[in-house]
Amino acid sequence: MVTALNKKLLRDLWNIKGQLVAIIFVMATGIMAFVLSFGVVDSLELGRDVYYDRFQFGDVFANAKRVPQGVKKQIQQIEGVAQVETRVTFGTIIQVDGMDEPATGRLISIPDNRDPLLNNLYLMKGRMLRPDEENGVLAGEAFVKAHGFDLGDRVTMIINGHKRELSIVGVVLSPEYVYSLAPGAMFPDDKRFGVFWMSLRALEAAVNMDGAFNDVSLRLSRDANVEDVKSELDRILKPYGGLISFDRAEQMSNWFVQNELTQLRTMGYFAPTIFLAVAAFLINVVMTRQVATQRVQIGMLKAVGYRDMEIAMHFLKMVMVIVVVGSVIGLVGGIWLGSGLLNMYAQYFHFPYMSYSYSYDVMILAVGFCALAATGGTWIAMRQAATLPPAEAMREEAPTEFKRTILERLNIDQFFSFLSRIILRQLERRPIRAFLSALGVGFALSILVFAFFMEDSMDYMMDVQYDVSQREDLMLSFVEPRHIKALEEIRLMPGVMNVEPIRSVPVELRHQYLSKRTSIMGIMPDPDLHRVLDQNLQQVAITKGGFILSKKLAEILNVKVGDVVIADVLEERRPVLELPVTAIYEEFMGLGAIMDIERLNAYLNEGPVVSGAAVMVDPNYNGPLYKNIKEIPSIIGMANMSRMREIFEELMDQNMLQMMAVYIIFAGLIAFGVIYNTARIAFSERSRELASLRVLGLTRFEVAYILFGELAAVVFVAIPLGIYIGYGMVAGMVASLDTELFRMPLVINSDTYGFAVIIVLVSALFSFYLVWRQVDNIDLVAAQKGVE
Amino acid sequence: MMTDGTVFKTEEITKQYGMGDTLVHALRGVSLEIPKGELVVLLGPSGSGKSTFLNIIGGLDQPTSGDVHFKGEALAAMSDRELTYFRREHVGFVFQSYNLVPSLTALENVELITDIGVNPMPAKEAMRAVGLTDRLNHFPSQLSGGEQQRVAIARAIAKRPEVLLCDEPTGALDSETGILVLEALQNVNRTYGTTTIIITHNAAIADVADRVIYFADGRVSKVVKNEKPKDIHEIGW
Ligand SMILES: Nc1ncnc2c1ncn2[C@@H]1O[C@H](COP(=O)(O)OP(=O)(O)O)[C@@H](O)[C@H]1O
Ligand SMILES: [Mg+2]
Repeated sequence: MVTALNKKLLRDLWNIKGQLVAIIFVMATGIMAFVLSFGVVDSLELGRDVYYDRFQFGDVFANAKRVPQGVKKQIQQIEGVAQVETRVTFGTIIQVDGMDEPATGRLISIPDNRDPLLNNLYLMKGRMLRPDEENGVLAGEAFVKAHGFDLGDRVTMIINGHKRELSIVGVVLSPEYVYSLAPGAMFPDDKRFGVFWMSLRALEAAVNMDGAFNDVSLRLSRDANVEDVKSELDRILKPYGGLISFDRAEQMSNWFVQNELTQLRTMGYFAPTIFLAVAAFLINVVMTRQVATQRVQIGMLKAVGYRDMEIAMHFLKMVMVIVVVGSVIGLVGGIWLGSGLLNMYAQYFHFPYMSYSYSYDVMILAVGFCALAATGGTWIAMRQAATLPPAEAMREEAPTEFKRTILERLNIDQFFSFLSRIILRQLERRPIRAFLSALGVGFALSILVFAFFMEDSMDYMMDVQYDVSQREDLMLSFVEPRHIKALEEIRLMPGVMNVEPIRSVPVELRHQYLSKRTSIMGIMPDPDLHRVLDQNLQQVAITKGGFILSKKLAEILNVKVGDVVIADVLEERRPVLELPVTAIYEEFMGLGAIMDIERLNAYLNEGPVVSGAAVMVDPNYNGPLYKNIKEIPSIIGMANMSRMREIFEELMDQNMLQMMAVYIIFAGLIAFGVIYNTARIAFSERSRELASLRVLGLTRFEVAYILFGELAAVVFVAIPLGIYIGYGMVAGMVASLDTELFRMPLVINSDTYGFAVIIVLVSALFSFYLVWRQVDNIDLVAAQKGVE
Repeated sequence: MMTDGTVFKTEEITKQYGMGDTLVHALRGVSLEIPKGELVVLLGPSGSGKSTFLNIIGGLDQPTSGDVHFKGEALAAMSDRELTYFRREHVGFVFQSYNLVPSLTALENVELITDIGVNPMPAKEAMRAVGLTDRLNHFPSQLSGGEQQRVAIARAIAKRPEVLLCDEPTGALDSETGILVLEALQNVNRTYGTTTIIITHNAAIADVADRVIYFADGRVSKVVKNEKPKDIHEIGW
């Protein structure tokens, strides 16, 4: 049997169904966003860990010129080394039909009679190599996909000066190339860089590496000291042209993966946490009010002998309905959308396995938080009603003491109509309530600002990076440093309008106990193309002997202008330089260190050489220019800036903006939910009063004017409040989204504010409309009888 | 007339509201005995403390000083929980403003009480006792004031309370309707022997009571025992 109290519960719920739907909806959205983004990031991290583990991703890596096989034994004996795999790797130029620009590639050996011990391959399609197979290669999936290759297709490569035709027998994924980054590239460009695996014996023969290797990967034992192993490995490899070894954190692909996950995680924390908080806030407010409107009924229930606990349960059941329905929708929706989003990321991260991981702790947290907020609001309001002696609770709230408003005291009230004065008094009588309503709407606005901000920031970053700072069209790099005269050759090519020398050298920078691996880029003191900017987009002068660091790098090394940084050059003779920092500059991507090229060459004792060139091109000549460039064997890489921009934008699109698009929808819906609720509450609290005014002879419009005037005032306060909060949220996120890969500039376009405000206003108008229909239907008689 | 005991006995109860400047002495020492089964009417000007007195003996409010005994038990010694059970089991209230739950039908409003009663009568029987069997499924907003008040009475008697406390039950009603309500109350008093205390402004009602207690300025000014209470239909308004 349904008790009378439970019937009351059901009918009360039915009576506020519009509001109920809005609250459930806001709560579900908060939970959904929370579960969605945490679920996706957790799944990605799990996918990565499983991948690395099953395919024996190395712990430490090193490259050298040519190391005799015998040295492998020495490496095995380093304390803490569990497994050693040696390989031959070689850079190559790939000729792809129908593509003007040259593509570069990396060839990596795999043992002929056994599986690799480390960095194993996941076969997606086709087969593995047969022992000693000479004309077959395994191709990395990214390149294959970018070009639409298939099994059996042939690729032409220049290996060590010889043209070879190799046929793709298998398509693979490697934990080392989750992102295939060409040496020195900022972003993966799958069309122009590919990774291939070849039989060890075939590759040895092709590049004259019999009995030797040039690449080592190590797996360490649990208790190994990574730094000790690295320095011991460096010592052993040094005589063989070894470059400084690096660990997973510095491994390019993993570094990139790590940065991406950090970004996702930060965003996954931010927006959903805010959504959830807004939802919780709203539920709290609504429940508090809902209970407050039932004060008299609570008094009556107490008077006739209902226990406090029974009354508490009655309202908690109401909360339960909201929490349970909201949670179920939120969780199911979050998991559903999360696995969808994960599938999208799966294509992008190139992990072989990825399954949605149910993060129960996250779900419990989200639901618990909402339940707590809802129960808390109910509880407080209920305590207030229940601690009153029942006789007191049942008295209708005493006619509120209307004081003269500030406006009246200031004698400026004559400028307001009678109705407007009612509105003002109402607001002044309940300032906290009015403020809370404004805060709720403000929150809705702020999450919109927050959601739109991403795109603004990205656009700004792109514009500065590629239009103001790096004005070159192409960045060429040579196989090895060449005399500066080589630039003259480039200058004479068709369409070339300007050329600037670049000398890039890999270094490890040290300051105090801090160190960071990056490269120093030598440029002309007063460049036109590759420019360095400060915060205000003004060019930073590179004085003779100047050495300037990007802000992030300076931060990592804890350096300020005037400090001396030690640079271990990781090339050739490996000099150690002591460089005083002359300036610090602003950069959104990467970890730049820049120096006057002449000074750099002097330090390196190399004479006037360049390792690359920044080139400005007349776009009409792209085709013939590329053809020319392809014929210069010494050019190993060519970065096309507009292409880079495209890639970066794609990257952002797939990554952040997708999630942001979801957030924008959520934010819009929450905004509407908050505003609709505010309107509904205002209406239900005052319906009796409004009905009385109607009885006294006010028209519908006049009554609506009082109600909406109050709401309009709330929205009016909410707009600046929301903009302010939104800015704060954005600043908070920018601060926490500060990774080595990139930093977001704190730029919010006026469009963004405009859009956010428009969405709020439209939501407000629509809510007004929905409530207006209720005003229209006020039952004058029933209202007088005290029916809510 | 069943006067075989005392239901309520109060000793010097006082009640003050507020403090300092706004201190109000609602009751200034009220000592009374109310015998079982009587129909008692409280009369007195507005603000004389009648409602305060009724609320205190009904366990809705605490006196500032003094004692209330319900069948020998001191209400002051009861915990909040015990007071709740006291109200639940022994006291029926009828309020001037009806205080029905707007989202429940007339019958359901009564069931609200029978759901938690110890030995309640069927809700329909209570509705019959107030003559509203044809309004069972109406919501309060669909009932007239008198009908609503009769539902409130049905709600109050459904638990078979020992006492029925009514604070100006006819205050908001016209005289004809008021008579219907009073008739229902007298009926209950006679049929079930429920001790009934009614606050009213209407001196005419005094004639139907076994006992009339006059309040003035927080004190009892006079108690009149009516040897021959009239029937409700015999009095004029
Ligand atoms: N909750 C309260 N707070 C302050 N004063 C009260 C309260 N309840 C009653 N009073 C005051 O106590 C006095 C007695 O009130 P009440 O018992 O309601 O009188 P009656 O019911 O006889 O009209 C009145 O002056 C009234 O204003
Ligand atoms: Mg009174």
